[in-house]
Amino acid sequence: MNANAAAAATDTTGMGYLETTRSRFVTVWLPLSVFLFVLLFPFYWMVITTLKPNEELLSREGNPFWVINPTLAHIKKLLFETAYPDWLWNTMLVSAVSTALSLVCSVLAAYAIERLRFRGARYFGMAIFLAYLVPPSILFIPLATMVYTLGLFDTRLALILTYPTFLIPFCTWLLMGYFKSIPLELEECALIDGASRWQILWRIVLPLAVPGLISAGIFAFTLSWNEFIYALTFVSSSEVKTVPVGVVTELVEGDVYHWGSLMAGALFGALPVALLYSFFVEYYVSGLTGAVKE
Amino acid sequence: MDRILDNRNVLGFLFLLPAGALLLLFLTYPLGLGTWLGFTDAKIGRPGVFVGLDNFQFLTQDAVALLSLFNTLFYTIVASILKFVLGLWLAILLNEHLPFKSMIRAIVLLPFIVPTALSAIAFWWIYDTQFSIISWTLVRMGVIDQYVNFLGDPWLARLSTIAANVWRGVPFIAITLLAGLQTISPSLYEAAALDGATGWQRFRHITLPLLTPIIAVVMTFSVLFTFTDFQLIYVLTRGGPLNATHLMATLSFQRAISGGALGEGAALATAMVPFLMAAILFSYFGLQRRKWQQGGSDR
Repeated sequence: MNANAAAAATDTTGMGYLETTRSRFVTVWLPLSVFLFVLLFPFYWMVITTLKPNEELLSREGNPFWVINPTLAHIKKLLFETAYPDWLWNTMLVSAVSTALSLVCSVLAAYAIERLRFRGARYFGMAIFLAYLVPPSILFIPLATMVYTLGLFDTRLALILTYPTFLIPFCTWLLMGYFKSIPLELEECALIDGASRWQILWRIVLPLAVPGLISAGIFAFTLSWNEFIYALTFVSSSEVKTVPVGVVTELVEGDVYHWGSLMAGALFGALPVALLYSFFVEYYVSGLTGAVKE
Repeated sequence: MDRILDNRNVLGFLFLLPAGALLLLFLTYPLGLGTWLGFTDAKIGRPGVFVGLDNFQFLTQDAVALLSLFNTLFYTIVASILKFVLGLWLAILLNEHLPFKSMIRAIVLLPFIVPTALSAIAFWWIYDTQFSIISWTLVRMGVIDQYVNFLGDPWLARLSTIAANVWRGVPFIAITLLAGLQTISPSLYEAAALDGATGWQRFRHITLPLLTPIIAVVMTFSVLFTFTDFQLIYVLTRGGPLNATHLMATLSFQRAISGGALGEGAALATAMVPFLMAAILFSYFGLQRRKWQQGGSDR
């Protein structure tokens, strides 16, 4: 595979020159623009709906694709008349803490499995991978009873402690791949110089694995930001809800849907992760593709 | 003390302790507890007693549970096929030489980044019975003369939820398959073209075989997450109309958390496990690496 990748990198022109401009338009540009239009339209629609006054929203006349009198009323309502700021804060807090917790656990576990080679390390590697295949939808019922018994129901701690169940397997798996790529000789030299395992991990392996740590961190953060079923089940008061759950359960009142503030809520809940992602696209993509390789 | 800490078995155990303890407590134990609950008549606030296979027997005669099984299979199969075909197509398009290549790639992944519950709300609005933008456009174009009831009709609702799921899933598949496509050397295509292979033959005999291992992994994950999907359905339809879009995950939530019948819900969730195992084994054995793909001979 690596030889192929190197060949692909040095020989990138391929056979593109065999195609004419017109056939390229039909085979590449046309389908690609349709894909991009469909993938992006819902976002455009969120923005337009957020800015539309109610009269325009609830009218079938005129051109719905554009907004004539943009208004910030929906955003104002969302920020000042609902618990939305609380939800944002909760989501940020829960995502940040559970990501940090998972990263610490995963670094230690990945290093132990990949480099300490203790007895049974391979089986732990397999177990971690299997753990990643366990979906939250079959865990939420027993977890709900546990959360209740432990007295954690309706607390942020319930989410902070349960999110690592899907973050740790993913981060460990990803970091194992990164640690594998660090030359063993570096560690051997340090061992001979009298460094302890702890010093090796802290001073040599971690600094070299920073890209992997960023990938894992970004990925874990977006995964916890997106989490829905645990947050829906383990929390019931408005003050502790996360953005996805709050928007779905509290902004929908009765039969009258306030589409403007609903869309504003969806938009503002999506923006933080979208921004974070836009700064770290390369890391995110390498995390995504690194996780499915092997 | 230092001696003990230098022993790799002791140190390995210590390093694994935090991750292991969290996973044992909040993953392995609940997995067992969930299975056990499925064999009891537990309700919210009341620990249950062992009732054997009663829950499962009840579920096999429960029309709604059977319908949810059908819906889950239909949803998973149709959505996975669509996601695979469209994702592979998009990956091939993105592998072309394009201006703003990296920017287009970054944009493509956006639907996958954004929380599903939030994009599902956008779809809910797009599918609205009175103000749907799709209906508006189709009416203006003269294709239909009245607004489509996207989420109100059983089959339309099934297809609409599948469309939303495909929208979110295609970018993931496209970007991961693209990573696989980039490892295929262009010289293979050139050699095939010189031998007179058509575009389809080049795709069928070069792209597809070399991509199989990564397709296997990506599709396993995709099937797994589609089969156990919850948020999209919960937000868009809550399982309606007439339970037509209830998946096993949403039904088990409704029975266990909203309805309080923990045992029954847990049994329903446990019933998903054999299907998941089958999907994993199928893709593992059916699509795993062939020897010749790594330079050896097949048999």
